[in-house]
Amino acid sequence: MALSKADVNNINVTAVASKAIQWNSAADGFEVGTLGGNMVLLTTATASSSANLTFDSSIDSTYNSYLFKFINIHPSASASFTVNFRDGSTAYDATKTTAYFRAYHQENAGGGVLAFDSFELNQSTAFQDLSGDSVITDNDSGISGALQLFGPSSTTFVKHFMANINSIKAGSSPEMKSSYTAGYCNVTAAIDGVQFKFDSGNIDSGIIKMYGIL
Amino acid sequence: MAISKFNYNSFNVTPVASKALAFNSDADGFTTASGSSMILIKTLTASSSANLSFVNGSSDVVLDDTYPVYKFLCINCHPSQQGGDGDEFSVGFRDGSTAYDASKTSTFFSSVHGEDGSGGAVAYRDSHDQANATGFQTLAVDMDADNDTQVSGELTLFNPSSTTFVKHFIWRGNHVHSSAGIQDTYVAGYCNVTAAIDAVQFKMSAGDIDAGVIKLYGIADS
Repeated sequence: MALSKADVNNINVTAVASKAIQWNSAADGFEVGTLGGNMVLLTTATASSSANLTFDSSIDSTYNSYLFKFINIHPSASASFTVNFRDGSTAYDATKTTAYFRAYHQENAGGGVLAFDSFELNQSTAFQDLSGDSVITDNDSGISGALQLFGPSSTTFVKHFMANINSIKAGSSPEMKSSYTAGYCNVTAAIDGVQFKFDSGNIDSGIIKMYGIL
Repeated sequence: MAISKFNYNSFNVTPVASKALAFNSDADGFTTASGSSMILIKTLTASSSANLSFVNGSSDVVLDDTYPVYKFLCINCHPSQQGGDGDEFSVGFRDGSTAYDASKTSTFFSSVHGEDGSGGAVAYRDSHDQANATGFQTLAVDMDADNDTQVSGELTLFNPSSTTFVKHFIWRGNHVHSSAGIQDTYVAGYCNVTAAIDAVQFKMSAGDIDAGVIKLYGIADS
């Protein structure tokens, strides 16, 4: 006799692609759910000649920390890749103090330097330069890296963030630049939005993913 | 009549150890699937705490060969005092006894910049590295203790259960320093012991961790 096995339509729940089967909150039935884990993808923003990529929802007290991953961010014009934070109004203008240093090395073997550089902010509402100067627009170049934001929902503490970005600087010889930025939004209001953009032109293409860290 | 229950091999999919049961991408059949590889093990919340300690086998903490890599996420850790010896956030590792005194060799550098535009430098800080020393490793120095300031960052510990190799760790964190500005700190080092590291403790150099959260994650199959 053929072995009879339960198939997809034998479970008392509506099937949803790529979802797991779990018990419901009352433990008296099944439901579909997301597979467990503590790094939860919240939003994927894909640029297509975009003036900016903005994350203005899902940043709250649900997670203690939020992680943004930059994947092949390509500018439409040679420009700096920047970030700012929203702290209660509709504007991305939270006051920030930051530090910035970078290592760079050129394709012609020039450079090979590690140093603090003048892309820091002191109590400024301006966008923070994450790439440390303009990046080239060659079709095969882009920016990749990550930014982590800690405790954005706190109304007691300042809000720390730190980023590491790989980019290629425009110049006579293309220059690999590894940028390290850290700082804090010197506000006690919650941060509820984060915006990324180039300081001129558009984000031609690229992806930014926002994760919540449980 | 006996109740008939589905067993592990009752579903129309090949069982795979430690995998979950999920619908396939067409929602017309089953497949096996995995969750995230970053697993939250323990959350400790400070409340005027002398230290926050993660001890394998205690209070549901796992810090053994279950995971090859462990990550500690420190969020808004606020010191109870500033100045004197009370302004350094630090970590110690336990290597077989009850003391957090594993010998360590480490490097320490940081980038700083003041709210008034002063400073602006990245430099090695040789007063905070260690050379086969058993003392706690400083992760944040000259911390400000204003009500709205704190340290946040993450510490990665590699293969703590090894009894062959030294145990590497890497920290990046940032805090508001006592002269009002950002300090972005990088620490790396190794516990120069072959005994397993089975516990990790965070504390201020004096005084308490007034508030804050530290989370321990295991990174599976990394």
